[in-house]
Amino acid sequence: MLFNKLKVFKSHGSQYIPDLKAVELPAIFRGRPELSECDAQTAEELVSMCPTGAITAAPFTLDMGRCLFCGECVRRAPQAVRFTNDYRIGATRREDLVVTTSTRSIPFTREAVRKEIPAMFAHALKLRQVSAGGDASVEMELNATGNVNFDFGRYGVEFVASPRHADGVVVTGPVSRNMAEALQVCYDAVPDPKVLIVAGSEAVSGGLYAESTEVDRSFYESHTPDLWLPGAPTHPMIFIEAVMNLIGRDRREDHTQK
Amino acid sequence: MKWFTTYNNGSAIDLRQIPSLSYAEFFEAVRERLSNPACHVAHYFGVPVEETRLRVWCMILNDEEHTIEVASYDVDYYDEELPSLTKEFAAMHPFERDMTERWGIRYDGMPWDKPLRAPSRSARRAGTVDEYPFYKMESASLHEVNVGPIHAGIIEPGAFRFICNGEEVLHLEISLGYQHRGAERQIETSKNLLRQVLLAEGIAGDSAVTHTTALVRTIEKLASFDSSKAGNLDVERAVALELERMAMHIADTGALCMDVGYQLGQVACEALRTMTINTTQLWCGNRFGKGLIRPFGTNFPLTDELRATILKNVEEIRRRYNEVRHDIKTTPSLLSRMEQCGIVNAQQMQRIGGVGQAARASGVARDLRVSHPWGVFTDRIAHQSIIKEQGDVMARLMMRCREVLQAADTITSLLTDLDCSVGSPAPQWEVKLPPYQLSTALVEGWRGECCHVAITDGEGRVACYRVKDPSMHNWLALAIAVRSEGISDFPICNKSFNLSYCGHDL
Repeated sequence: MLFNKLKVFKSHGSQYIPDLKAVELPAIFRGRPELSECDAQTAEELVSMCPTGAITAAPFTLDMGRCLFCGECVRRAPQAVRFTNDYRIGATRREDLVVTTSTRSIPFTREAVRKEIPAMFAHALKLRQVSAGGDASVEMELNATGNVNFDFGRYGVEFVASPRHADGVVVTGPVSRNMAEALQVCYDAVPDPKVLIVAGSEAVSGGLYAESTEVDRSFYESHTPDLWLPGAPTHPMIFIEAVMNLIGRDRREDHTQK
Repeated sequence: MKWFTTYNNGSAIDLRQIPSLSYAEFFEAVRERLSNPACHVAHYFGVPVEETRLRVWCMILNDEEHTIEVASYDVDYYDEELPSLTKEFAAMHPFERDMTERWGIRYDGMPWDKPLRAPSRSARRAGTVDEYPFYKMESASLHEVNVGPIHAGIIEPGAFRFICNGEEVLHLEISLGYQHRGAERQIETSKNLLRQVLLAEGIAGDSAVTHTTALVRTIEKLASFDSSKAGNLDVERAVALELERMAMHIADTGALCMDVGYQLGQVACEALRTMTINTTQLWCGNRFGKGLIRPFGTNFPLTDELRATILKNVEEIRRRYNEVRHDIKTTPSLLSRMEQCGIVNAQQMQRIGGVGQAARASGVARDLRVSHPWGVFTDRIAHQSIIKEQGDVMARLMMRCREVLQAADTITSLLTDLDCSVGSPAPQWEVKLPPYQLSTALVEGWRGECCHVAITDGEGRVACYRVKDPSMHNWLALAIAVRSEGISDFPICNKSFNLSYCGHDL
């Protein structure tokens, strides 16, 4: 019996990522998109093919908050769009998610961070997650932030069971009509001051369900997220990097200016 | 009356070929078929044809004959004397509830005539999702435990109501619908095939490959496209599906270890799942295989380099996971938690129409890869289902363990001699579909039988799209499993099924 455990233990080895700030994702990962100037016809074609209306033609922009990172626009017009493996794409302002032809990194706008967030949560941030019509993929990636590989708990950032124990809420999914009230109740149950994070493009904009009658996003009429995290799903590193910036444990500028 | 017979690898059906029965004929025909243990209902749904009239389609699978039988009947909102099939066949329950909820069709004597998803346009017009009429037992010695819709973890919402006598669960009722976001309607109303594919990827994110494969096969059948002649396409799809199966079964093994406080198994599985989904990511840029399955082709044909990487990783995962499996099997404290816990016997599983690995763990040999094969399972892979009889948490766990190893073998056998220079075609997005056809595709995902149906209108547009996630059948199995168990065993019972909320709620 013990021998079997030792075997598992030995094969398992050491799995944690030693430096979470230096992670590089494989080149094929679709992270921050880069746009190049293209003719009006190509841009119009991309606008009409994009299933979530993430692309505009004049000016030529791509809104990561709507983008599902399917990459089909790259197939249609590789000269105009490409996806980089840059996962430093979380933003404190919704408008920072819109990529233009001159965007070569996503700014982390610190002026938009409320002062109490780094002051109070720099060394411990406990979050309550609410899935509201999410497809379980973002949820699984958020779970993965605490797993043996990413171990975000080392920075004191963890998910907790009760909103009463939490310092903030992470919302996934477009907010289904049937979850609208529960989301509000859960958010209200978190003591002040509290953080609101939306994870996944569906949570940011409604994604494919933005127009659905079964979705109710009125929650966002009275609450503004502190952190907007695109992705379908949001890769654990997108979450980890943005949250570390939010609580002042990392500076995106140090990585993007290299 | 004879029903129209087709096969999973057959073509789309001209609607005129599908017999239209009276409800009385239909009732008898279903009764006759479902009395055969080799048969179960795969889908049963209504489509409005006129103001208050519906055409109702039913598909029954016969595992021995490998057939899909299809028939229909017409019904009006004001029709009466429609005896309920649920009374005799519990497997019909979610489907009849759905018919009542969506269209207001009432089935006489239907037990537990309750909401299913509480959509905004419910024909019930009664109450919100939070006003679900839970079953009640009045007794001073009983108490109720309500859990949800938000659960204590990063997991989807659903409301669970337990009636307990002390620690013992007498009854559990599960109310869903919180995740309902209108997936089918979005697919039906979209003219953009890419949008439809992306919607399929998000029906259940943990089964993205399964649901997307079902959707693209439904569309390809309408277009008379033969994927077996499209280079390595069938092999690539099967490998993607088996990778998804490995990843999720490993994740669930880890989750079960966590819930019994066995950390070594948990962390080992977390690392192995990471390795599995990172392999998928190396292939298509997404850890869940989103972007990998596309209609009529693929954007990511296998290369020799990729093939070698997948083979190497799968072999490593197989070896390490097998060590975890041995360890679990030889640890008495784990066995004592999981054996004889959460039992669903074969008879119960058969009655509720259970599918997938949960059914196979209860001795019900339902596996589309054997009964209704398509793609590589028709020729290259002679799949043999793993069947267990116990029907307890341990059986469902060991089922997962064995299926991970089996999936690894399937991938290895498919990839070892694959000639990657053959390649695969690129996807196609502009495609003209024929009018008045019904097309269906069945895919055995890691959770079980996934069934998609598309019906085209006079202009060849997808006017009706219906999705069935295996969870639709299996949620009731969880409710049965926890009866007379201690309430503290609910988490491991739940994880041993790991059913989908979003796949059910759509």
